[in-house]
Amino acid sequence: MARYVIGRVLQFVLTAALASVVVFVLMQVLPGNAAQVALGTSATPEAVAALEAEYGLDRPRIVQYLSWIGGVLTGDFGTSYVTKAPISPVIFNSIQVTLIVVLASMALALAVAVPLGTAAAVLHNRPTGVIISGASQIGIAIPNFLAAIILVMVFSLGLGWFPSSGWQAPIEGFGGFLERLVLPVTALALVQAAILTRYVRSAVLEVMREDFLRTARAKGLPAGRALVRHGLRNAAIPVVTVAGVQLATLLIGAVVIEQVFVLPGMGTELVRAVSNRDLVTVQGIVMVLVVLVLLLNLIVDLLYSVLDPRVRRAA
Amino acid sequence: MTESLLTVQDLEISAGQRHLVHPTSFTIAAGERVGLIGESGSGKSLTSAAVMGLLPGELSARGQVKLSGTEGNLLTWSERRMARLRGRDLSMVFQEPMSALNPLMRVGEQVAEVMRIHRTANPAQAKARAVELLERVRLPDPRAAARAYPHQLSGGQRQRVMLAIAMANSPRLLICDEPTTALDVTVQAQVLDLIREAVVADGTGLLFITHDLAVVASVCERVMVMYRGRIVESGSCEQIFTDPQHEYTRGLLAASDLTATDDRGRLFTIASAARYRSHASGDGAMTDAEADAGSASRAAPVDLATGEPLIEVSELVKTYSRTRTSLFGRADRVEALRGISLSIPAGRRFGIVGESGSGKSTLLKILSGLEPPTTGSVQVGGVHVESATSAQLRSMREDLQIVFQDPFASLDPRMKVADIIAEPLVPMRVPERKRRERVAETLAAVGLEPESAHRFPHQFSGGQRQRISIARALVCRPRILVADEPVSALDVSVRAQVLNLLTDLVDEYQLTLVFVSHDLGVVRHLCSDVAVMKSGEIVETGDVESIYTNPQHPYTASLVAATPSLEDAFAAS
Repeated sequence: MARYVIGRVLQFVLTAALASVVVFVLMQVLPGNAAQVALGTSATPEAVAALEAEYGLDRPRIVQYLSWIGGVLTGDFGTSYVTKAPISPVIFNSIQVTLIVVLASMALALAVAVPLGTAAAVLHNRPTGVIISGASQIGIAIPNFLAAIILVMVFSLGLGWFPSSGWQAPIEGFGGFLERLVLPVTALALVQAAILTRYVRSAVLEVMREDFLRTARAKGLPAGRALVRHGLRNAAIPVVTVAGVQLATLLIGAVVIEQVFVLPGMGTELVRAVSNRDLVTVQGIVMVLVVLVLLLNLIVDLLYSVLDPRVRRAA
Repeated sequence: MTESLLTVQDLEISAGQRHLVHPTSFTIAAGERVGLIGESGSGKSLTSAAVMGLLPGELSARGQVKLSGTEGNLLTWSERRMARLRGRDLSMVFQEPMSALNPLMRVGEQVAEVMRIHRTANPAQAKARAVELLERVRLPDPRAAARAYPHQLSGGQRQRVMLAIAMANSPRLLICDEPTTALDVTVQAQVLDLIREAVVADGTGLLFITHDLAVVASVCERVMVMYRGRIVESGSCEQIFTDPQHEYTRGLLAASDLTATDDRGRLFTIASAARYRSHASGDGAMTDAEADAGSASRAAPVDLATGEPLIEVSELVKTYSRTRTSLFGRADRVEALRGISLSIPAGRRFGIVGESGSGKSTLLKILSGLEPPTTGSVQVGGVHVESATSAQLRSMREDLQIVFQDPFASLDPRMKVADIIAEPLVPMRVPERKRRERVAETLAAVGLEPESAHRFPHQFSGGQRQRISIARALVCRPRILVADEPVSALDVSVRAQVLNLLTDLVDEYQLTLVFVSHDLGVVRHLCSDVAVMKSGEIVETGDVESIYTNPQHPYTASLVAATPSLEDAFAAS
């Protein structure tokens, strides 16, 4: 078990290091450099060179990379050439918003999908099961920005239950925080719940055919309790895989949703930085997103070993 | 007969309009051991599932199932009420030990659970009792086994765990559904002993389902024979074995007896069973000497004198390196073969016998060039397999063809039979028209209708599919036929037909046969020579009769002793 965990963590560190190089190189090969952008097209080459020296862009690439990554590791993402402000606070503030939205919608999606998917599997040849399957099929087909717009039209503009946009940090007032969270989280969760329902359904159907479930019933557990006690944990293994992959797409989906609901999350910051040609900020945000996705993968892999003893000694 | 424990009356099982089990009645007395025998699809497993209330949802049962001490018909009970009986009064051991335990739960917990469900022990007691029960089923280290997960145990060990679970609450009736079919012979013998001891000690009634007559005789007092959804005959073991009344029972008995052959030296089948005389019937039974004489004449190799080695294996070693996990000892490098040498002269029928893990499959893979050896050399028909070019390998494979074990998995379900059989001819660049001729010819040789060519594998039974596999192997007219457990997935009655077919074809095409099996009885019937493998080594080799009657190595002796045979069954009954 310990060997497995250490192995997976090492793998995470190596991948993250490799990813940081890729992110850095990508930003380097983009046309236009920071000094040129800051001074505009009419600047003299001498002025550009002077500014490059000031930013440290005249140093060898490897030194630039090391100083950047050294800063990142100590929580310092450098200073934006455009806004002249340090980047770290921007990232730390926006990451909170994005993580809250993403994790809350994943939790909501799971809370809906696990019971619905299980019900759809158990009742697979009854009308209820067929209706759940059909509904989840429709849910998958709705893009989340469309769901967001519909939700705003109905619950904000129509019924006036929730504000249509904006953000309030929890410490500024928890009620307001929750109120503003409901619509974006629901919009993101809807599609996820539909996808996960289908996976939960097929995982439970698969498990229901397993011999050990018949053993559980032969031991004296009624069919329903046998499924809960012996089936669901087995069914969780494929669902965790899918949920892990979905979390990564949720992070990306959040970029769009943050735009619709005007949330100060990483997506909003990323879009702003790109349109300002604020390369250092883009580099920082992309790096953080990459690490987040890798971290989610790591957590999923560690969850496997908790769920499935067969994984612990393999790998 | 004492008071009946289980009474089944007019039990009828159907899937929609189709009747799978026709009205069937039987009783089991308290403590009685009853065998239910029949081939796959005869309805024996469904009957037991109906008694347990574990029929799949799409099937329905009618009739009456009564258990002494309870009121009313179990078939009408609710799931909740039946659940209270299961695991306490009625318990069951299933066929497939590899998948019958929850992979995510420790073995000890799974044993303790059955006591907690029925509150026959508090959680602490249940835990201690679980270890005791694991000890009772003779797991090597019961404490360690209780902490293990199922994947850390072997198939035989898992089946012992299943038995521990089934016996935990001292049930009144134990149902075993083919409990040893998936196990090695020596392990099978141990598990059978355990089951018998356990039910005798606890006074538990036993319903033992199997397709193997020899097995049923070693465990049960009474036998019921099921055929096409009906119990066609029932009586004491002795009665059934010495004086079978129903035609099917007689056929089954004849086909099971691998030591008896007809005047052509072929095994009896259901069709030819009328001429079969049982060992125990007494009226001019064929003696062993006669049987041996028969087998000797059969086994006469085509040309012993000029039989130069067609297959020559020397000092073959195969080592796999992988992280294998097992509860009792961990091995990172697995020595599948540790220095095998053998030589098979042309025209011989060479049997390779061993249990799972003995390395016999690895040997086959190397022989046929599917895997390279670690060290050592293999020569097949003059080709050095280990250093052969791909062109040489291709020509070697025209000489050596394989029939695989599983007739269901080894045929591509999307290909027509004609295409499956013709496939080996494609790389040989045989023209289309010629290919069709050869397919028709081979189909006839294996006893299939010419129309079969246009059908798909799923339209055939297991035995017919194995004929298709044999046809595919023979179509390129190889000199060597390698058969990897070709009859172990087949019913006894079908087994005899396929073995006879192999015997005929080997004679007709003058084949050298390499026949791999875990079943010493089958090898004894079919082969002229045998090599016994254990843990990657050949422990004994020689001509089949002398090895069978006078084994030199203790392992061979234990294998011979453990192989259930009808003769022993007769002797016991």
